[in-house]
Amino acid sequence: MLHLILFLFFGAICVAGAVNLLVQSHPINSALSLIVVMASLAAEYLLLGAEFVAAVQVIVYAGAIMVLFLITIMLLNAGKEERTQGSRVATLIGVPGLTIGAVLVAWTLVGRLSTTRSVSIGALWGAPKDIARLLFRDFLLPFEVTSVLILIAIMGAVVLASRPEAIARRQYSGPRPQETRELVATGKDH
Amino acid sequence: MSITTFIIISIIKSLAVVGVLLTAVAYSVWLERKVSAHIQNRWGPTRVGPFGLLQPLADGAKFIFKEDLTQPHVYKPLYIAAPIIAVVFAITSISVIPFGNWVNIGPWGTYLQITDVNIGLLVVLGITSMGVYGVALAGWSSNNKYSLLGALRASAQMVSYEVSLGLSLVGVLIMAGSLSLRDIVDAQGGVFWGFIPRWNIFHGQTLAFFIYLTSAYAETNRTPFDLPEAESELVAGYHTEYSAMKFAMFFMAEYANMVTVACLATLLFLGGWHGPIFGPPILQAVMPVVWFCLKVFFFMFLYVWVRWTLPRFRYDQLMAFGWKVLLPLAIANIVYTALVVALRA
Repeated sequence: MLHLILFLFFGAICVAGAVNLLVQSHPINSALSLIVVMASLAAEYLLLGAEFVAAVQVIVYAGAIMVLFLITIMLLNAGKEERTQGSRVATLIGVPGLTIGAVLVAWTLVGRLSTTRSVSIGALWGAPKDIARLLFRDFLLPFEVTSVLILIAIMGAVVLASRPEAIARRQYSGPRPQETRELVATGKDH
Repeated sequence: MSITTFIIISIIKSLAVVGVLLTAVAYSVWLERKVSAHIQNRWGPTRVGPFGLLQPLADGAKFIFKEDLTQPHVYKPLYIAAPIIAVVFAITSISVIPFGNWVNIGPWGTYLQITDVNIGLLVVLGITSMGVYGVALAGWSSNNKYSLLGALRASAQMVSYEVSLGLSLVGVLIMAGSLSLRDIVDAQGGVFWGFIPRWNIFHGQTLAFFIYLTSAYAETNRTPFDLPEAESELVAGYHTEYSAMKFAMFFMAEYANMVTVACLATLLFLGGWHGPIFGPPILQAVMPVVWFCLKVFFFMFLYVWVRWTLPRFRYDQLMAFGWKVLLPLAIANIVYTALVVALRA
């Protein structure tokens, strides 16, 4: 009983946070609403018995990624959004589409209601050890390939974020790098 | 155990732990002032009570009666929420820390811990990682350049050092094979050659211990990593615009985080409540908690000692040290520990 109440409570917070995220006009408030959504999702995972996923959700999403979002917003000093009337297409297609999607999800869930069971913390298969066994034994290759993919993405980000001169020099048909260095050293390029 | 007894015991434990934590916070401020004074050949607080022992109470009263300023240029909702966020997460993170073994009081028995979660370590890391928001939001909502710079520094520093902090713990986890703080401590019982305790610090995790300690100092924004509030550059950093109880909340959060980090270091590397047990039965029941408290006190003293001994890092040195020294060392430690454990198995 307490379980259900807590589940509904965090579900309500999650939905309220998501709505607030869209309604707020200031990016900081929206980012904070997203943190609330993620934290309450973590609480839902915990109630579903997936404690490791819940902890990772908080540490990675709420604790690390959203901090970077927040830093970016603070650094850019983004102001308030302008209010618009919203597009007609969004109203005409979006609202019916959303309704159909919600009905589909609800219909599927109601159809399977008889086969669902309640869970509690620790009752489900999904302890850190089980997850580690899956990642490092059964799915080792996909796991490692994904990490290489992420590494490539990081390197791409570093290249894009590095000084523009470093990239411009490569496409530049003028003096070679050695000459550029000499020009910089003698202060003649400015 | 019926649900009512469970709730009553939980409430009593929570109140006791939070009470002890807040007292420890108040007296670590006293300790810091006293030790720093003696390091600098002064007396420190002496007027209020014997040895200035009532000074924390006087400070508390002062914080309550000071004027609570709210500048007109701040963004009010977040300005008020920020210190609350900081202090709430700082105090919550103590909830999964075990202080000792199972105890029996009359017909009831309980672990000396508010709640035993089998992912305890991850819970502590998760809650402390949320504590960054208090600092970040305080700096931004104050609408002041010093505050903002302090907050940006703090967030960048905390996110960077969290990586090496987390990785330094992986070696311990490999040794214990569990994320539960209780299991990790239990794995450290016993001795080598009859006298060296089997604590993780003497059991192949010495490097990890020093990485953890260094990262922990950076995580709690203490000297030599106190750049977020470097007085000579940023006035007071993220809490420049705060006064009275709101400022005190940041202060409490900082010291509560220090206590949590010291508890975690004790549990993971110094064998928690393990130590020589002797004497009559009543003493034997209390000894583990005493050992735990002594080890935590050692770390608190070390905090103060380091603060008044080492100068502050420069900002680029701080970032370079975190990413280019601590992170590779932590990864090397994981590889080494995993190899040793795999070869022994």
